[in-house]
Amino acid sequence: MMQQRHKMNMQVAVRRLGSAGGVLSVCHGPKIHTVLRRLSAKAQSPRPILSVAPIRALVDEKFKVSVENLPPAAPVTVHSLHQSEDQDCWEAYGHYISDHRGTVSVSEDLSFGGTYSGKEPMGLLWSMRPVPGSRFGLRLRKMDVCAPMLVNITVFSGHEGFREHAPLASVVTERWHVAPGVQRVEVTIEGMRGTLFIPPGLGAFPGVIDIWGGGGGLPEYRAALLASHGYATMALENFALDDLKGKNLDLNYFEMALDKLKNHPQVISDRVGVVGLSLGAIFLLYLTAESPTFKPQCCISICGSNILSNDGTLNGFYNSMFRNINKSRLDENNSLIWQDVGLEMLCDPTSLVDVGKINCPLLLVSGTDDQSWPTPKFADLMAQMMRSAGKEHLVTTLAYPDAGHLIEPPFSPHFRATAFKVGGNNKKVIMLWGGHTKPHADAQEDSWTKILTFLKQHLYSSH
Amino acid sequence: MDENQHPVKLSVHPSRGLVDEKFTVLVQNVPPGFQLTVHALHQCNSSHIWEAFGHYTADATGTVNVGEDPSLGGTYSGVEQMGLLWSLRPVPGSRPGLRMHKLNVQTPMEVTVSVFRGHQTEGFKDQGPLVSVVVERWYMAPGVCRIPVTEGGLTATLFLPPGPGPFPGILDLWGSEIQLLEYRAALLASHGFASLALDYMFHKMTSGKMVDYQYIEEAYRVLQQHPQVHSTRIAVLGFSLGTSVILNLTAYSEVVKPRCAVCISGSHVQPVDGSFNQVISFYEANQKKIRYNEKNEVICRDLVLPIPTDPKLKVDVGRIQCPLLLIAGEDDQSWPAHESAMDMKEMMERAGNSHLLTVLSYPNTGHLIEPPYGPHRATTIDHHRNVALWGGQMVPHCIAQEDAWKKTLVFLRENLHKTCAASVSKL
Repeated sequence: MMQQRHKMNMQVAVRRLGSAGGVLSVCHGPKIHTVLRRLSAKAQSPRPILSVAPIRALVDEKFKVSVENLPPAAPVTVHSLHQSEDQDCWEAYGHYISDHRGTVSVSEDLSFGGTYSGKEPMGLLWSMRPVPGSRFGLRLRKMDVCAPMLVNITVFSGHEGFREHAPLASVVTERWHVAPGVQRVEVTIEGMRGTLFIPPGLGAFPGVIDIWGGGGGLPEYRAALLASHGYATMALENFALDDLKGKNLDLNYFEMALDKLKNHPQVISDRVGVVGLSLGAIFLLYLTAESPTFKPQCCISICGSNILSNDGTLNGFYNSMFRNINKSRLDENNSLIWQDVGLEMLCDPTSLVDVGKINCPLLLVSGTDDQSWPTPKFADLMAQMMRSAGKEHLVTTLAYPDAGHLIEPPFSPHFRATAFKVGGNNKKVIMLWGGHTKPHADAQEDSWTKILTFLKQHLYSSH
Repeated sequence: MDENQHPVKLSVHPSRGLVDEKFTVLVQNVPPGFQLTVHALHQCNSSHIWEAFGHYTADATGTVNVGEDPSLGGTYSGVEQMGLLWSLRPVPGSRPGLRMHKLNVQTPMEVTVSVFRGHQTEGFKDQGPLVSVVVERWYMAPGVCRIPVTEGGLTATLFLPPGPGPFPGILDLWGSEIQLLEYRAALLASHGFASLALDYMFHKMTSGKMVDYQYIEEAYRVLQQHPQVHSTRIAVLGFSLGTSVILNLTAYSEVVKPRCAVCISGSHVQPVDGSFNQVISFYEANQKKIRYNEKNEVICRDLVLPIPTDPKLKVDVGRIQCPLLLIAGEDDQSWPAHESAMDMKEMMERAGNSHLLTVLSYPNTGHLIEPPYGPHRATTIDHHRNVALWGGQMVPHCIAQEDAWKKTLVFLRENLHKTCAASVSKL
């Protein structure tokens, strides 16, 4: 019954915003004119002026949201709404009070509450969460990176109960993963998929290999964004965790991918780095340390670990990681926590890669509230190994307080727990990734800046 | 590419901007003191190629910031953040007298910005640049709707901003262009105004006879009655011949009662008793006053000079009851906009309504005062191969465009958005 009411509330929320002419559907038709004629007769008072600049931006660019022409000291709510490719609705909002000139500046003023509070220029994006009544465990990821993410920014009067009021003004802003002119090229390596994003122009460009985690598939959005920053970036399909078990395949596919990228006519072969998250980082750390042919200019591990596969096969990784699967536990919401499974490995050197063998700059990013794997402890251990090998100058660790496992490009929402496939047969559990929204958002913003400067330092500048 | 050199980094922010937004062009990772050319290339809808470029020397950190560093030469010089756009000109070998108009406003203008080694002035297409990016410049913000309008026999296009209306409205009239230009109305909609771009020249083109004033009044009525337009918050905006229409209707029409009016590069001189067609005939009758300079360029400004004293030959601007913004280029060779503005000021002072008047008169500025950062054209050649002289010098004209647009938006906002003094509305 509650679920029904929540669902209806969600539908009303979306319809209200939709019928007022904003949102994502085509904005005119006879029914809408009738609704608006009634609104028009009532509302001859001046409208607030809402502006977002830039109105079209890359997803890692900041915007300035401001409202003018309000009465002075007026309580208003600035609201954001996005309908994902999966048709789920995500929203965020902040409560503001206009100044004596009748202006609200989201970049400069304090939010008094909502999904974020305080002075947060980008809170309308990073604090987004599924609208009331949505399914549990959702994750927001852009799969078609050639089209922008559309976000409606709307201003309402009032704070509590703002949804009951008609919207005062609304704009649509576009958030892009690709800059104009970036090319997207599908590639296959040993039957596995990859997508290469090439910056505009003739090149040649520094290159990056980009690998995601154990959810499998081929998310392209970070690679597209890196290409927008001037790197020919190849996103590689990764294996799902489930697929590792029993597989005798080695990581040759990744080695071939690095070679293919280095030999691409538009790539500068001695300026290619690698970046990976979670399982992707595990593979990259292993290869960079152990493989005689896998030699990137620099390596970025986001929430990775130096896990060893003793026979170099995927099955070997699986065995190392899940030897202590009995240590997994559930939290009060029945979300799965694997942190302790990983903790056991730290005591067993036979299951760890000696990253002291790595000879290139290494950036280790982790979150101290990572509940899925003890990645900050692994990062500390890896840094220690590098120090012992006399390579302290090569390693940088960034352990972000209260950030979780899924450290993504900036301003994307935080996901503390999401549905994740595990245990075969397409079974999904809710995996606890950890992190608290505000510190996690700060970690995403800061780590991305540092990732970009790290890549620029090692791939664009002298080496 | 030279293997010993680091790859050059170029970024333009925002990479997708509105046409009136500034951008930052940053070149990094070149050796300190490196000489380079930043180049912009645009292929216009009619497939003509335009280019602009500036010569720079990198600082000690190996960086060039176009908004902060001086261009030492090229199509613009000095510190000019937007010089790569407003100094665009057709590449050598192009047909003379081209004018840049974006006809399809639903797609962006694409500009390729590149960095070349050294201070180059020609041969760009034969060399490979060190690095390139693509920049989009949009007339339409996301969510702006473009709606062709044929109601009431009109040929017009309405642009509606996104969001819950109703919106203040603007009736947008160009001059004697042969096709409907939508880009200013699209841009105004991107600033929150429901804007109707009206084509009134088609009738003259096809039948030889101009539409009558009722046609324009009908457009005003259609805009006013649109459910997403504030019926009492409408402005009229005219350019060139459009100014003649706007001034006449604002002074005399029972239907056109705008909250404010903007008149760009035009004049109030016209026979006021009679039809619009008679106004056109009046101008045509004065064609003997058209001059040709030594380059055989047509100068039309004398058509309505000297400003007559006969009240039947100029709009009685003393009758106007709403704020009026006049924008004039002092080097306008097509219409005597500055002289007309001065005469209108005098008339309004005598009539006691000059408190409504704002005049923006720009030195060394020509006729074609358009939204900012578009290139300046002192002359163009029309479809009859007439070479029209518009006047103005590039740098002051482009400064004027930027300033006039900013002030136009403020004027429109002040007059169309402000609260009525009589009531304090609570949200």
